[in-house]
Amino acid sequence: MSIVLDIVASIGLWAAVLRIATPLIFGTLGALLCERAGVLNLGIEGIMTFGAMIGWLAVYQGADLWTGLLVAALSGAVFGLLHAALTVTLGLSQHVSGLGVTLFASSLSYYLFRLLVPLSGSPPTIEPFAPLSVPGLADLPFIGPVLSAQTPPTYLALLLALGLAYAIFRTPLGLAIRMTGENPHAAEAQGVDPMAVRYGAVIVGSALMAVGGAFLTLSAFNSFFPTMVQGRGWISIALVVFASWRPGRALFGALLFAFFDAFQLRLQTVVDGVPYQLFLMTPYILSIVALCVMARHARVPQALMQPYRRGER
Amino acid sequence: MTETVLEIDRVSKSFGGNKANDAISLTLGRGEIVALLGENGAGKTTLMSILFGHYVPDEGHIRVAGVDLPPGRPRAAIHAGIGMVHQHFSLAPNLTVLENVMTGTEKLWSWRSQTGRARAKLKALAERFGLVVDPDARLGDLSVGEQQRVEILKALYNDARILILDEPTAVLTNLEAETLFATLKEMARQGLSLIFISHKLDEVMAAADRVVVLRGGKLVAERRAGETSKAELAELMVGHRVARPVREAHERGAPVLEAAAVSVRVDGVDRLREISFRLHAGEILGIIGVSGNGQAALAGLLSGTLLRSSGDILLYGEGVGDLSVAETVASGIGRIPEDRTREGAIGEMAVWENAVLERIDEPRFSRRGLVNRSAAVAFADAIVRSFDVRGGGPLTRTRLLSGGNMQKLILGRNLAEHPRILIAAQPARGLDEGAVAAVHARILDARKAGTAVLLISEDLDEVIALADRIQAIVGGRLSPPVSADEVDARALGLMMAGAWKKEAA
Ligand SMILES: Nc1ncnc2c1ncn2[C@@H]1O[C@H](COP(=O)(O)OP(=O)(O)O)[C@@H](O)[C@H]1O
Ligand SMILES: [Mg+2]
Repeated sequence: MSIVLDIVASIGLWAAVLRIATPLIFGTLGALLCERAGVLNLGIEGIMTFGAMIGWLAVYQGADLWTGLLVAALSGAVFGLLHAALTVTLGLSQHVSGLGVTLFASSLSYYLFRLLVPLSGSPPTIEPFAPLSVPGLADLPFIGPVLSAQTPPTYLALLLALGLAYAIFRTPLGLAIRMTGENPHAAEAQGVDPMAVRYGAVIVGSALMAVGGAFLTLSAFNSFFPTMVQGRGWISIALVVFASWRPGRALFGALLFAFFDAFQLRLQTVVDGVPYQLFLMTPYILSIVALCVMARHARVPQALMQPYRRGER
Repeated sequence: MTETVLEIDRVSKSFGGNKANDAISLTLGRGEIVALLGENGAGKTTLMSILFGHYVPDEGHIRVAGVDLPPGRPRAAIHAGIGMVHQHFSLAPNLTVLENVMTGTEKLWSWRSQTGRARAKLKALAERFGLVVDPDARLGDLSVGEQQRVEILKALYNDARILILDEPTAVLTNLEAETLFATLKEMARQGLSLIFISHKLDEVMAAADRVVVLRGGKLVAERRAGETSKAELAELMVGHRVARPVREAHERGAPVLEAAAVSVRVDGVDRLREISFRLHAGEILGIIGVSGNGQAALAGLLSGTLLRSSGDILLYGEGVGDLSVAETVASGIGRIPEDRTREGAIGEMAVWENAVLERIDEPRFSRRGLVNRSAAVAFADAIVRSFDVRGGGPLTRTRLLSGGNMQKLILGRNLAEHPRILIAAQPARGLDEGAVAAVHARILDARKAGTAVLLISEDLDEVIALADRIQAIVGGRLSPPVSADEVDARALGLMMAGAWKKEAA
């Protein structure tokens, strides 16, 4: 028991929680924004992979780290545009289009990577983001050292969750987005253009997903390999449901998942005689349990996955 | 003559080859209430959708206070002071009342929603017109009547001077409808102009200053409400004389369905309390009552979707315990559910699929798990023909049928095989005159052929015209039966208010 307490009380654990949570926060907020406008974006897994690759590649070719993040965001926006064109303008099935975008973006990232980076024994690396210590925050007890271990994109993710919560619940644009996800016909009758709102939400949401992916290569690690997203996109999709489509809860969900993950990693090192695969499973099992508990009362956007066509009855 | 606020000038609109509006001209004065009367498919919704900018007209102009309105732009219509209350509400159930009202009313790219100001404005409007709702309630938690109030408030919030209501009473109870019309009259008194769409003659006569009749896309007549009659309007609307069929004297047979002191409890609430009735072959037993008094539980009980908590049900003279849905179908009980689009038929399926849905297990329609499609289509085709379902054939998607024709399909599906018992819940609700007459005639035919009909309805005229005996349903209790020949509308009104309970006490 004291082992568990030691782990939970360690600064190292909580620093890892924030680091593991960051790509999930970006991914979940991105998916949440799309779904609030009524578009499920299963392109997330591929978009994160592509963002991880292109952000890394930009830096590898000599750009600075922030430019790398920006390039990743732009690439996400382009895939978002593709997904929006397929689902909003053409009204195709959002599942199929999203999975298509994932397959396309994943293969394209591997292809471009192989094309532009010579094959070598050890993967090429870049100099990733360094931890940032914010004066004032860094001096707080416990929280200070935890935060000081984080890189700038993590701070960005935390601020983004607050900003998105504010935007969705407190601004006219946020209301227009929610109305579009609930009832695009009503939105239109009130003078909001549901098509434009959906395009905007999917493009911006996809850009956030790609930034989440880029965090992996520009901060968490320093090189790219094609399987590195490892289902984080799918976890984000589940976290949106867990969060009941609320950014604040999405942040909480991402942290919770990251906590399970960081915890099992540390537990592995101190407990003997249990196959490590069991530990690897725990965050997923606990997520499923949490999802079951939370999602029963979730309020799904009513027009989620429904194509909108003008003038149709 | 008051000042003209709205002018519709020779507006036409076709869908494919179908002329939904044919050179319609209409004016609306300040403070005036105009009723737009017409059967389903007459083109009423299309005309109002053009007015509100949902559709672009093929020809013609709309002028508000003398100024041309750009076609096909809802924003411009809102800006010109036109507000629309849609037939199918255009609201978001997961958002609050205030959020529903505020959407699109502020500059999209501003830093903060002015909720405080919006709340105050909404409150002032609600008080001015007597449309009380809680601004912070989740819309989906409100009753249909309250949701409609929100729709009206939404229009008023956008400073509408001209309000259009598309079949506003179709979803309301009679009491809610009366409240609505009182509100509309108050609005007109305060200088607003209103157009409401309807196919109900009573409310048109009661609420409108002027009546405009559409038929087959054309404007066929315009009358001042004081200078016309229900009979004249009915004839104008349908194009020929319509008389609802009436019941002829007829011998009834043996009891087929009996309930003895049956109670039903749903989620801890008593929906039915010790109800008793006895339904005979070849008779129509009317269950009259304001909706929400246990009708849904009664229909659910008899179609096998609800279980009784006490009491006995006798089918063909034998106690049967609880019925299951499959048993009710197998034992010859036909059902016409109250909500035809949700329970009666599956909109996305073809007419033939809906026609055989309940019988798909029968060998003539399927064998070894494979559907015999040609037999099913032929069955559906027979229903379409003999029940005069218009607007499509067996292969049409059911959603595309109008309400009346969908109802005829459901009725046909149930009556085609001569059921011994028919449970009909609000069979004519929301239908136009022609369709009502057709549905009534079919139900009377079934009675003549020996079917026992339980007619659950809140329409006094309907029950008086069709039923042999009548029981009132109030708060989950049933009154003792009275013979239809011995009561009038007034006595029935008293029964619906629960007057029999005092006598019994
Ligand atoms: N969006 C549409 N597409 C095709 N046909 C339509 C459409 N809207 C209406 N119609 C047709 O136009 C005619 C008039 O319909 P509508 O205006 O809804 O009638 P009402 O409101 O009087 O019942 C009907 O025949 C209907 O089928
Ligand atoms: Mg209509």
